[in-house]
Amino acid sequence: MLNPNGRELLKRIALYTSVTIAACWILAPIIISLLYGFASPEDYYDKYKVIPLHFTFKHVYELLFVLDSFRAVLNSLAVALGTIALSFLLGLPAGYALAKFVFPGKDTLKLLIVVTRMFPIMVIAVPLTVLYIRIGLSDTLIGLVLAHTAMSLPFVVLITSSIFAGIPTDYEEAAMVFGLSRVSSFLRITLPLALPGLAATAMFTFIISWNEVFIASVLMLVNRTLPAHILTMVTYGCPDYYKFAAISIMVLPAMSFVLIARKYLISMWGITIR
Amino acid sequence: MVEVKLRGVKKYFGKVRAVDGISLDIRDGEFIVLLGPSGCGKTTTLRCIAGLEKVDGGRIYFGNRDVTYLPPKERNVSMVFQSYAVWPHMTVYDNIAFPLKIRKYPKAEIKRKVKWASELLRIDDLLDRYPHQLSGGQRQRVAVARAIVIEPEVLLMDEPLSNLDALLRVKMRSELKKLQRDLKVTTVYVTHDQVEAMTMGDRIAVMDRGKILQVGSPEEIYLKPANVFVAGFVGSPQMNFFKVKVEEGIKLSSSFISFKPPTELREKLKPYLDRYLILGIRPEHIYLRGYEPPNLKEVVKVKGHVDFIELLGSDTIIHVKAGNDTLLVKVPMRVNVNLGGVIEVMLDLRQINLFDEVKGEAVR
Repeated sequence: MLNPNGRELLKRIALYTSVTIAACWILAPIIISLLYGFASPEDYYDKYKVIPLHFTFKHVYELLFVLDSFRAVLNSLAVALGTIALSFLLGLPAGYALAKFVFPGKDTLKLLIVVTRMFPIMVIAVPLTVLYIRIGLSDTLIGLVLAHTAMSLPFVVLITSSIFAGIPTDYEEAAMVFGLSRVSSFLRITLPLALPGLAATAMFTFIISWNEVFIASVLMLVNRTLPAHILTMVTYGCPDYYKFAAISIMVLPAMSFVLIARKYLISMWGITIR
Repeated sequence: MVEVKLRGVKKYFGKVRAVDGISLDIRDGEFIVLLGPSGCGKTTTLRCIAGLEKVDGGRIYFGNRDVTYLPPKERNVSMVFQSYAVWPHMTVYDNIAFPLKIRKYPKAEIKRKVKWASELLRIDDLLDRYPHQLSGGQRQRVAVARAIVIEPEVLLMDEPLSNLDALLRVKMRSELKKLQRDLKVTTVYVTHDQVEAMTMGDRIAVMDRGKILQVGSPEEIYLKPANVFVAGFVGSPQMNFFKVKVEEGIKLSSSFISFKPPTELREKLKPYLDRYLILGIRPEHIYLRGYEPPNLKEVVKVKGHVDFIELLGSDTIIHVKAGNDTLLVKVPMRVNVNLGGVIEVMLDLRQINLFDEVKGEAVR
C-alpha cells in the first residue's frame, strides 16, 4: 500500500495528465493550423521540417483580399451581430416570462422550444430556400439573420430564463414599491444583475452564427458568410497552406471574442457573479 | 401617517382563496400585526396593501384615497421584505438613496436624509459597503433604513426578523417597535411568531385560511380568544382543551371533573343544555396545590398522575394525566413532584374559556 503522500502524488499526476490531454485535444489543431497557415510554401513542403521556420502573411492576405474573404468576414460579423440583436429582442421577454410567471402549459412550452432544435436542418433547407426566393429574401443578410435567429432562439430563451430565475423577484418588487414601474424596475434592477449572464449568452449566440455553414451555403450565393465562402474557395485544387490559413481566419475572431468574454461564461451555467 | 381601511379584500390564486374577504381598519400611526400560520394569507394581504398583488374583490383605502387599483409606486408605501431585498449591485448608500433618487429629491436633501436614516439605524459607518460585505443583521438594518427614508404613509413589514438568529431577533424586536413609535408611521407587520405579535403589536389580527378570526389588543387576544383557533394558536405551551358536557342544573362535566361554572356564565350556558362544549384553560391558570396564589376563589380540584416533566429554566411544565385527558400545568421553576406520582391541581374557574364544539366560537 502507498502511504497518504504517495497517493496524493498519484492523484496529482492523474489530474495533470488528464488536464494536459484535454488541453492538447483542443489546442493542437489550432496550433497546427496557425503554424501551417502562416508557413512559407517551401517550408511547408520540406519533408525534413515538421515545424516550419519561415513565415508569411501571403496566404492570409490573398484569401482575404484577392479571394474576397474580407467581405465574407464582414458579412459574417453583420449576420452574427444581427442574430444576437434579433434573438435577444425576441428571446429575452420569453426567457423572462418563463422565469417569472406561472401560466398553463409552461412546461410543455419549454419542451417545445427544445423540440424545434431536434428538427434536422437538412430537411428544411430546400423548402426554406424556395420560400426565400419567392419572398425575395434569398441571398440577403437579413434572410440569413432570420435563419440563424431561428437556430439560436431556443438557447437564448432557455439560458436567459435560467439567468432571470436566478435573480430573486424580491429585488424587482422592492424597486416597484419604492417608486419604479414594472418596466423600469426590470431595466434598472434585474437587467444590470443579469448582465454577466447575458454577455455569456450573446457570446454563445455569436459562435452559433459564426460557425454555421450549412444554411449559409444553401441560402447565400453572392453575399456568403465566412464559413460558406471558405467552403467554396478552399476545395480540392487548393494548396494545403491556404486551407490552414482559412482555418486561422475562421478561428481567430471567435477565439478572441471568447477570451474577452471568458470570465462571464461561468455565469451562463447558473453561478451568477454577485 | 394615514389610516388604512380594507373592505372585503379578496385574492384568489386559481381555486385557492388566499385572502377571502378581509375587512380591517388600521388606525393612524398604529402598529398592527397580522398573525397566523404559514399559508393563512397574511403575506398576500400585505402584498395587496403594497399593490404587488391585484385584488380580485373589495377595496383598499389610505385615508380617503381609494388605492385599490393603483400601482405600488403611486401608493407611497414602504416595505421591508423577508429576504430584505437589498439590491446587491448598489452600495448601502445607493440602496438607501435609491427611493429618494426616483422621487427626484435634490442632491443635498438626499444626502441629509440618508444620513438621518443611517444614523437612526446605526449603519452610518457602512455606507460605502456592498450588501455581500454585510451580515444578515446589518442587511436588515439597510432594508429598514431604505423603508423609512422616504417617510412613507404606510410601512409594511413581511416577517422581517425571521432570518435573524434568536438573540438578534429579540434585540431588533424592541428596536423596531421603538423606531415605529418615534416615527408614528402606520405599520402593518406580518409574522407567524406569536411572541413578536404580542410584544410589538398595538393590535393583533389573527388570520387563518384567508380570513381574520379576531382583531384586538394583545391582552384581548390572549385572555379572551374569540374562538378555538385563536386560543390554540396564541400562547406557549398551548392552552389545554377538553370536552365538557352541559348537564342538568348547568353543571359542566368531563372525563375527570364535574363542577358548577361561575354564576355569570350559567345564564349563557342554558341554550347548550345536554350538548358538548370545548373548555380551554391556559397552563399558567392551573395551580399545583401549595403553589396557588392566596386570592384564588373559584377553583376545581383535579387529581391526576404526573406523566412527564419539562424543565424550561424559568418554569416547569408538568403533564398531568387525568381521566382521558392530559393537562399541561405551568409552575414556577423548582417544584417537588415525581414522575408517576399523584398530584392535585386547581383549575382557576375565572380563567376558563368555553367554545361551541361545532363552530369553535367562544361562548360569551
